[in-house]
Amino acid sequence: MMGDKEKKRVSSLTDLPHEILEAAYKSGIEASEDKRSATYMYIDHSLVLSKVNEHFAGRLELLDTKDALDKYSWLQDYLWDIIEPDKDEVTKSVFEEFGGGYFIRIMAGARVEFPLQSCLMISGKKVKQKVHNIVIAEEGSEARIITGCSMHTKAERGEHLGVSEFFIKKDAKLNYTMIHNWSEQMKVRPRSATRLEENATFISNYILLSPVKDLQMYPMVYCEGVNAKTELNSIVYARGESRVDIGSGVVFNAAGCRGEIVSRVMAKENSNVKARAIIRGNASPAKGHLECKGLLLDDTSVIHAIPELVGARKDVDLSHEAAVGKIAEKEITYLMSRGLSRDDATSVIVRGFLDVDILGLPPNLQQEISSMVDKMDLGL
Amino acid sequence: MNILELENLSVEVEGKRILEDINLHLPEKSTMLFFGPNGSGKTTLLLTIAGMPGYNITSGSITLNGVDITSLDVDERARLGIGTGFQLPPEITGVKLRDMIKICAGGRPGDDLTKEERNLIKRFKLDDFINRDINLGFSGGEKKRAEMLQMMALKPKLLLLDEPDSGVDVESLKLIGRELQKYLKASGASAFIITHHGDILEHLDSKYACVLMDGRIWCRGNPREIYDTILARGYRECAECHVRHPMED
Ligand SMILES: Nc1ncnc2c1ncn2[C@@H]1O[C@H](COP(=O)(O)OP(=O)(O)O)[C@@H](O)[C@H]1O
Ligand SMILES: [Mg+2]
Repeated sequence: MMGDKEKKRVSSLTDLPHEILEAAYKSGIEASEDKRSATYMYIDHSLVLSKVNEHFAGRLELLDTKDALDKYSWLQDYLWDIIEPDKDEVTKSVFEEFGGGYFIRIMAGARVEFPLQSCLMISGKKVKQKVHNIVIAEEGSEARIITGCSMHTKAERGEHLGVSEFFIKKDAKLNYTMIHNWSEQMKVRPRSATRLEENATFISNYILLSPVKDLQMYPMVYCEGVNAKTELNSIVYARGESRVDIGSGVVFNAAGCRGEIVSRVMAKENSNVKARAIIRGNASPAKGHLECKGLLLDDTSVIHAIPELVGARKDVDLSHEAAVGKIAEKEITYLMSRGLSRDDATSVIVRGFLDVDILGLPPNLQQEISSMVDKMDLGL
Repeated sequence: MNILELENLSVEVEGKRILEDINLHLPEKSTMLFFGPNGSGKTTLLLTIAGMPGYNITSGSITLNGVDITSLDVDERARLGIGTGFQLPPEITGVKLRDMIKICAGGRPGDDLTKEERNLIKRFKLDDFINRDINLGFSGGEKKRAEMLQMMALKPKLLLLDEPDSGVDVESLKLIGRELQKYLKASGASAFIITHHGDILEHLDSKYACVLMDGRIWCRGNPREIYDTILARGYRECAECHVRHPMED
């Protein structure tokens, strides 16, 4: 299989080598599994750990996609249901062959208070990781997922191709947070789509704070049921010659839907960011808003904001705000007037810009992620 | 001892002369009110004392507590005890009111609030605002309360307040006025306050006032008398009065 040897399975995260754990922590993975409802770990081309916290047994299911396909014949109907296999080179490649990925199913009516965590890691040289993830939030369920994609310090020139399909059923709520921690040598191609049924809610948060050679993604959310709601937030800090082309899209195909896209982008050190967003109103009434703020920290980088609104019914209400520029001098001097040096004032503003409060996470999870951001070397 | 001395101060903004030969001494533990029509240079004077960039001092000097601060940056002046309450404070994405309070108190954003700080927030009726981005979507009056709250956390020796009473409702005005006076009395700090209204005088113990017109100090005197004159006869009377009784300093 792809010429690489299988990784050994472990029964607990703490059985993993120290460097692997370190890399996992940097993408939000929590070592003490009792604070998580389930843990999934996939390295290079193989599943390493897949475990449901016994406290949550029966409320959710976590398997490797390949195992899940063997177990459930009905799962074939979900595979490639909302993403076209021949959409692009990435989907074609994953369609031909994939190594695994997570299958997560939150049972009908289940409340899963603790987040479920998954980590997709690249540890070897020139690894081309191909995964297919499927998430099903059954009717009336409520859960949170944190996915970290990370790499080992010894990994070199890798590629991550990931197809993810999310199905949020009637009245279900899913909060999905993805933290990427790649390196200057990684090419990253996630392809995701989400389908929302009646009265379903999907909140997606994307955080990228470390440099990446080349990342391109444009996850789409299709609101197919009446009164479906979605919020898509992203925080991107592009540095170290990062090439990032990232978008978020929402399509309203039913009445009463609401959607909000918020993106915050910072760039420095010869980085280039395209921040795309689109909201399509094909059904009404529907209300959508998108907001894109770009902050340039030096003169070597480019932020290109491309917000799009497409209304096809007269009763859609779509709006956007976009701004790209440097840190406003009056914000710096305001903080200086409170006694901060210019450098400290700048750092407070930058950290504020990366504030994870916009992510709509429950307080303790928010605290966790913000302390993770605090610990990161932001190179400020 | 004077807390503040301005000597022959002239200031340009973007190459345009705004203030002309300002001379002013503010004794310690005292409060001075500043009146003047729109565009007369009040904010320019206040922000020049604060040390905000863009206010180019072409001549003269500023002395704080006997120390010449003319060439110091705004943050250095803040650390020497100047606290500035802005007329139009900026909004900062992701920086919360609570972060501002911690910064003013010498801490770091994200630090826990002390009991004293929590009480202060309560007194200023800003409990619901502490986790909101500073000034973002605050009403005019809320911004003024937030500015004053920050001043109380900063504990300056000299407060520079630019229209702390503009756009503020009656109750908030009372609150701001009383808290300010309480702080000044307890700390022995001084204040330099720009205002268009007499109402704040009710709460302040102040013996000094100036009228600024056309970038010059036009008149000095008792705040109440000056305010009543302006109210009764307008700034034009100040101009005429100035012609009849040229000011000697
Ligand atoms: N940044 C600036 N650029 C150009 N002119 C300015 C600037 N700031 C103030 N001024 C001008 O200086 C004069 C005094 O303004 P200001 O000090 O704000 O007056 P006040 O506070 O008394 O209303 C006005 O004519 C104003 O237009
Ligand atoms: Mg003014």
